Amino acid sequence: MFVLVPMGFAVYYSLFRWRGVGPPTEFVGLRNYTLAFQDPIFLDALRNNAIIVFGSLLIQGPIALGVALLLNRRFRGRAVFRLLVFVPYVLAEVTVGIMWKLLLTGDGTVDALMRSLGMGGLVQAWLADLDVVIWTLLAILTWKYVGFAIILLLAGLSNVPDELTEAAAIDGASWWQIQRHVTIPLLGPTIRIWMFLSMIGSLQIFDMIWVTSVPAVRSLGASATMATYMVDNGFFARLWGYGNAVAVILFVISFVAALLFQRFLLRRDIEGAITGRAK
Amino acid sequence: MAMKRRASAVLALLMTSVVVLAGCSGGGEEAAPQSELYKDPVTLSWWHNASQDGPGKTYWEKVAKDFSALHPTVKIEIEAIETNQLQRTRLPAALLSSDPPDIFQAWGGGEMSEQVEADYLKEITDQTKTEVGDIGSAAEIWQVKGKQYGLPFRMGIEGIWYNKEMFAKAGIAAPPTTFEELNTAVTKLKAINVIPIAVGAGDKWPAAHWWYNMALRACSVDALKKASAEKNFDDPCFVKAGQDLKAFIDTKPFQPNFIATPGQNDPTSANGMLANGKAAMELMGDWNRGTLDTVTTDKAKLASFLGWFPVPAIAGSPGDPKAALGGGDGFSCAKNAPAECVEFLKYIVSPEVQKGYAETGTGLPVAKGAADAVKDPALKSILEATSGASYVQLWLDTAYGSTVGNAMNDAIVAIFAGNGTPEKVVSAMKAAASK
Repeated sequence: MFVLVPMGFAVYYSLFRWRGVGPPTEFVGLRNYTLAFQDPIFLDALRNNAIIVFGSLLIQGPIALGVALLLNRRFRGRAVFRLLVFVPYVLAEVTVGIMWKLLLTGDGTVDALMRSLGMGGLVQAWLADLDVVIWTLLAILTWKYVGFAIILLLAGLSNVPDELTEAAAIDGASWWQIQRHVTIPLLGPTIRIWMFLSMIGSLQIFDMIWVTSVPAVRSLGASATMATYMVDNGFFARLWGYGNAVAVILFVISFVAALLFQRFLLRRDIEGAITGRAK
Repeated sequence: MAMKRRASAVLALLMTSVVVLAGCSGGGEEAAPQSELYKDPVTLSWWHNASQDGPGKTYWEKVAKDFSALHPTVKIEIEAIETNQLQRTRLPAALLSSDPPDIFQAWGGGEMSEQVEADYLKEITDQTKTEVGDIGSAAEIWQVKGKQYGLPFRMGIEGIWYNKEMFAKAGIAAPPTTFEELNTAVTKLKAINVIPIAVGAGDKWPAAHWWYNMALRACSVDALKKASAEKNFDDPCFVKAGQDLKAFIDTKPFQPNFIATPGQNDPTSANGMLANGKAAMELMGDWNRGTLDTVTTDKAKLASFLGWFPVPAIAGSPGDPKAALGGGDGFSCAKNAPAECVEFLKYIVSPEVQKGYAETGTGLPVAKGAADAVKDPALKSILEATSGASYVQLWLDTAYGSTVGNAMNDAIVAIFAGNGTPEKVVSAMKAAASK
């Protein structure tokens, strides 16, 4: 009920040319959908979402795995380390966005730090350069969400039975061989769940982008995502029918991605769970 | 409770209008509610955008209290909402529902004509003849097809705010009156290592206003009126505006990375750059006096160097050199608001209340007689220029409505970013008009 009714309304409204004044009356069929796919800014938004989806998986995945494996060993200060890694994830996206926006302003903290480290040549207009901004945003997202991946993987690691790693060690396997052939394969289900959550989050990303990126840069397409595009057009340009069409597109893409992921990657895990319970 | 009371009020109103409709075949519709005025207790809900704590917000509270003291049957409930939220989300949603606020902020222009088309607003032409006469041509912005649907309380034209000390240091004798003189001033300011002009292109509209002024210079008043009324942008002057803007941007008068600079409200904004002596000029409306004060580190110093001059003319262009861009804030009453709403609206624009408003320093008043309360020299020069303007064109994004306005601003920002063209601005406006 609570999912289908609003969705139904969104689909219904998306078929109208409607500026939010008076009830929708001008039925235009699928015109709003064709208009969206003809708008280069919307295509930019799609591309940016793709960058964030794949960038998050490819960058956060290896970092998180490496850090989780290290943090799983016993050493002094491990608890503090675990806590620190998780801090950015606990902060609200809006807070993180504003914080980085301040750090990254022209001649701000980041620029000053880089200059003092002799990397002045690498200083960019982080949030203003149309070719740089999406990578800046990806870096901030990585900084924020890698902690979440690490915590998930640590939880997964605690489920890997010590007997297996000990047995491998007795058989003369090196630390690296144990990780490669015992631990990581057993982490599979956890990794796949994290990939799923990361992908859906990346497709729907809004808050951080909205606060951190500059309106002008966003409307030029350089830092727009599907969700920010929807708000910019639905509310600020007051194209309510069109905005609903974008919402439906966003939903369909997320839904299809989720279905495909479940069908091909999560199936084994879910089946395992069910047969496991049947025993 | 509240719901019930409102429902019965609506019912009563419906019944009166039925009676009125049945009783008379034409005219006289005003007589019935007028005699009822201040008889029954009413509550007016009032939505305005002075949401930040400060003199503006406090003043509206006082105005509501004073009005209730004058007319004890009227209770006023204020809700102060930040502009973007108010204009883009809260108001459209409330107007769609059966329970809109009685009196609310109205910016006139394209948005207002859409609201009138949807039958949201109370027509007040006959009741406000005196006030409209007093306000003058500025009141036209709150008219649709010759009928009055709201009244302004603040109105002003935009111009260039500048740093007199920097001008003196650079050897600029008098404020530029033509774009050639402005270009010379820019060169001189660069020579003393000063950022000539700050622009908050990050927020889009501050950059777009440069294009509006180019259009004002390139287009005849007729072409501008036609564009507002019919959303017809075929006149080649709109492409010319983009070309003039591009030529101007190419002289590099703005700060570096202007595409990320916000317009106002913080020290790194274009506003803050002028207020703190980091840039020599900024194009901005009359409200700037107040916003500059909020971002400066030294109010006294700011007051000593701040000056204002009208946007320079472009030699040999068909536009009227005495025409200016401007806009304001006003209020409208909802279609079904009680008759007291109109009385309150008239009270807000009465000379007394307007004088008090002018003293808050948050904007320029519109009523005659309130002008004396303006003390600031920069604001005084705006007042003079406003009354001397031959034609005041409403901000183009407001005049054309949010949809065309938004597309236009985006396309202008693209020119600033170096990947737009003058032609694309016009085609984006036309495409948006059909969206």
